[in-house]
Amino acid sequence: MGARGETWLWILQRATAAVLAGAVLVHLATLVYAVRQGLSAAAILARTEGNLAWLGFYLLFATAAALHAGIGLRTVLREATPWRGPSLDVAVLLLAFAIAAAGWRAAFGLFA
Amino acid sequence: MTATLHVSVWRGGAVGSLAAYDVPAQDSQTVLDVVTYIQRHLEPTLSYRFACRVGMCGSCAMTVNGVPRWTCRTHVRRVASGGRLELRPLENLPVIKDLAVDMSDFFGKWSRAHGAFAPAAGLGEDFARVAPESPERQAASAGIECIGCGVCYAACDVVRWNPDFLGPAALNRAWTLVNDCRDGDGAARLRAVAGDAGCHACHSQQSCALYCPKQLDPTAAIAGLKRATAKAALWGKL
Repeated sequence: MGARGETWLWILQRATAAVLAGAVLVHLATLVYAVRQGLSAAAILARTEGNLAWLGFYLLFATAAALHAGIGLRTVLREATPWRGPSLDVAVLLLAFAIAAAGWRAAFGLFA
Repeated sequence: MTATLHVSVWRGGAVGSLAAYDVPAQDSQTVLDVVTYIQRHLEPTLSYRFACRVGMCGSCAMTVNGVPRWTCRTHVRRVASGGRLELRPLENLPVIKDLAVDMSDFFGKWSRAHGAFAPAAGLGEDFARVAPESPERQAASAGIECIGCGVCYAACDVVRWNPDFLGPAALNRAWTLVNDCRDGDGAARLRAVAGDAGCHACHSQQSCALYCPKQLDPTAAIAGLKRATAKAALWGKL
């Protein structure tokens, strides 16, 4: 990947880190709230079904996590193993897509 | 101070072993003095490099008790614990023989990072006026005193993990030129430092800044390059 590609990956990694910093806090606060209030699965679903704000939040969260994990893993593998080049890029892209797809599926599961 | 220094010195190339020498301790003795004593009195075939002896030329760097240092300005009493010294060649560079390493990769990367000044002005043009207090001049001044000793390069974990990484010194040099208003290399230099093993590979672990004998901060220079390349990418100028 050339100069432009590497720079854009770096920008994306920083931007997704910023999103994750906030999103993880919201997610943890929601978890703590749900547990301490003793909310049942049905009670949680009643709050999230049809709620576009929660859907948007979790789609953004899952997408940011997938991109961040993919770019980070690419860096780690390039340093820790001899694996470089397009095959690595495609592999981490597929992994990122799989993570994103799992997250999106969960988000739509809460919504619909 | 003990009257005798017990010095272990790397002998050989990539494969070799430590040889032991006893060297008389003296006041105000530098590590380079110790190596020179060994070469002149004990082991004439010992290979090492030095030139200026006053911290200007950047040729005498070695690994002293596990730490990369300029040996001409390193006093023995500051680093020899219990009168013991272990001297090895710099890390991350191929050993030629004993304490001399091949610096070709190191300086080749300065070239790959467009470390040469490329004047924007043609012949006969007026002098450029650079305000000493301008942020660009200040940023360039912060990194301009590099003597090319290779200590930062030897201390860098990213170089160790990815031998293609341009390294702190070359990137620091590029950053001083990015901030030089007389330079005309512009986007080409930014492209050169933003490739596969360029500035974005740096993890900001700051070993370069910790060990730089000139107290420069290549990590800050690299952070500057990350910002400059990101800005250029966002404006479609990379």
